[in-house]
Amino acid sequence: MNFEFSEESLMLRDQARNFLGDRCSPKVVRQVLEGNQPYAESLWREMAEMGWMAAAIPEEFGGAGLGYEALCVIAQELGRVLAPVPFSSSIYLASEAILAAGSNEQRHALIPSLADGSKIGTVALAEGIGETNADTIATVAHNSVLNGAKWPVQDGLIADFAIVVARDEQGIGLYLVHLKGDKVDSSSISTFGPSHGQSKFVFNKTEAERLGRVGDHWPILQSVIDRAAILTAFEQIGGVEVCLDMARDYAKGRTVFGRPLASFQAIKHKLADVFVELEIARSNAYYGAWALSQETSYLPRAAAAARVSATEAYRIASKENIQTHGGVGFTWEFDCHLYYRHAKTLALRLGGARFWMNRLMDHLEAPTSAEERMNGF
Amino acid sequence: MDFNDTPEEAAFRLEVRGFLKANAALKGTAGPANFRGEIGAAELAAAKAWQATKAAAGYAGITLPKRWGGREAPAIMQVIYAQEEEKYSVPTGVFDIGLGMCLPSVIHYADPELSDRLVPSALRGEEIWCQLFSEPAGGSDLAALRTRAERAGDEWIINGQKIWTSGAHLSDWGLLVARTDPTVSKHAGLTVFIVDMKLPGIEIRPIHQMSGASHFNEVFFTNLKIPDAYRLGEVGKGWRVSLTTLMNERLTGGFIIRRPDISDLVDLCRLLTVGDRPAIKADGVRQRIAAWYVRSQGIKLTQFRTLTALSRGKEPGPENSIGKLVNASMAQEIADYGLDLMDAGGLAMDPELAPLNMLFQEAFLATPGSRIAGGTDEILRNIIAERVLEMPADIRVDKNIPFNQIPTG
Repeated sequence: MNFEFSEESLMLRDQARNFLGDRCSPKVVRQVLEGNQPYAESLWREMAEMGWMAAAIPEEFGGAGLGYEALCVIAQELGRVLAPVPFSSSIYLASEAILAAGSNEQRHALIPSLADGSKIGTVALAEGIGETNADTIATVAHNSVLNGAKWPVQDGLIADFAIVVARDEQGIGLYLVHLKGDKVDSSSISTFGPSHGQSKFVFNKTEAERLGRVGDHWPILQSVIDRAAILTAFEQIGGVEVCLDMARDYAKGRTVFGRPLASFQAIKHKLADVFVELEIARSNAYYGAWALSQETSYLPRAAAAARVSATEAYRIASKENIQTHGGVGFTWEFDCHLYYRHAKTLALRLGGARFWMNRLMDHLEAPTSAEERMNGF
Repeated sequence: MDFNDTPEEAAFRLEVRGFLKANAALKGTAGPANFRGEIGAAELAAAKAWQATKAAAGYAGITLPKRWGGREAPAIMQVIYAQEEEKYSVPTGVFDIGLGMCLPSVIHYADPELSDRLVPSALRGEEIWCQLFSEPAGGSDLAALRTRAERAGDEWIINGQKIWTSGAHLSDWGLLVARTDPTVSKHAGLTVFIVDMKLPGIEIRPIHQMSGASHFNEVFFTNLKIPDAYRLGEVGKGWRVSLTTLMNERLTGGFIIRRPDISDLVDLCRLLTVGDRPAIKADGVRQRIAAWYVRSQGIKLTQFRTLTALSRGKEPGPENSIGKLVNASMAQEIADYGLDLMDAGGLAMDPELAPLNMLFQEAFLATPGSRIAGGTDEILRNIIAERVLEMPADIRVDKNIPFNQIPTG
């Protein structure tokens, strides 16, 4: 048993932290937040050169085959700097969906271009306000033609193609739609998120190609979402770490009532509580990372626990960071709000906390046999 | 990262499972548990018998030297044993303080002959230990303690009073911190001793707790004589020895009531109904269970992370404080919520009427103590803020003046 990342992963983490510290300052995030750029394109290209997109993709499809532990480490570092790049859309979601549901031909055609960063993919699942599930999906596919609407779709305006979740004769199908050209009516949606564009797609007799695996794709999609939830948890933990450091450093440097703000128990206890949330979330995410690399039957439960815990930790850390800063924390110029915005963005992205708590309970209720109790954590 | 067992670990786990299956009852299949922490003659005999069984099979001191009956195995094997034992209903509570807190300090500071005398008998459950630290004037502010130890040749004469001493009435040995020099600053004048609890000069009075139970005591010393050979560490270095003990207290959890835990709540929610369906199917209930599940899971996994560090030769860090901080509050909240789900019927504190052998009612009254014992929530938050987050220490107006000049009242 070993509950720590490998030496190689820790080296990768240090490299990524140095690189991103240099290339992805809050100024880069603000370029996207303030609408000057749709994403940090030059950062994206450099990440591709360093092979980050390829990290967990099998070598057969142009990847590095380093495994998911490496991807978790990269995710955490991207989360620390709120990297405004379509990494999660393209890698956690589109690439994983094609790997899981695509035909061999589709995988060979699409995944290498995601692995080298030359193409951007995304997954279009949500259909507006409220929970999206197998019963609610209204986008319909018939004879490889799509009708319906999807929003919000993260990175939809910069993506080359989308994997669209639609109802069809086999249940739920994943459909490949090429976005370049004018076949899809896509428009930008304003959001409070700081580092990713969101868009709305309207399909009106839009041509699409079903991913190759025969049958209902819904269970496959659920597995992709579980895996994305674990990787997102690492992004969230990266954000929590930075919020805690920001609050602590500000409190240590600020003098009030003749002594450091950080010497007051009201502040110390608040940040101690944030630390507790961070460690709880980190431990759940580590277990998720292990489940991800092992394909264990506990993956759905580990994923839901990692997600619920990371979402809660980031919620608390990002709001208390603003509170610790006081008035300046509420200004546009200070970076606290970037993290507050991003915390909620990540919390909603794959479905909210209530949704994931119910999902966790479904998994927890199922295994009650003595054998599971014997083996389970 | 690999949560799977290595072949050696898997073999050890299999062996542990075999031992437990042959010698203990799985949780949920045993009779009523003793949630109040009160230990009568029958409970004491059962606890001693279990500890002896464990020791005979070599599971009492897994990481300790073989000459004491240990296995000299890596710390991870201790984790594996704990994971497996946790699934069984076994009476370990009475030994937690001795094995978890006192003995690590004894092993660290005592000379080999004294350790050889004290460690094996504690591992076999023949001798029970208590921790004589807190005083009426020194709880969270432990270093304000006033019990005096005065040197008389090869002996020390002890006078004073301890309080909140769990299990003192059952104990054969105690770990005592006393003031040997009141003319220096408060942390500098302390020394730690081992006390034979059966000696004259010791009076033990039970404290009646708000829960109705009495598992801890006041302990009075009147001209108690301790040989200098029973001193642990140097004279005046008792604070450092105490910190070793306290850090181990936070690592092992000390004498903390951790029930009801998440599985108790799930059991309750399967029994009760909300509206026309089992409580566990009610949306609001599910949110609460899920939130507590990830916390308890997070703490459990954090402890494994700590032990990974331990098994690589690193010291257990102050981040261990989070386990006790989270678990004590969580048990209190779960108890409270469980009662809430019972509505008016939850008032019944009667094993015939209350679900799960009135665990939730008992815990409602017992859990406030868990948030105080072994470091209050507030002290633990201070430790995290100061030792982990490196925030400034509290202002301590009594820190650098001689102890006997500190104002009292």
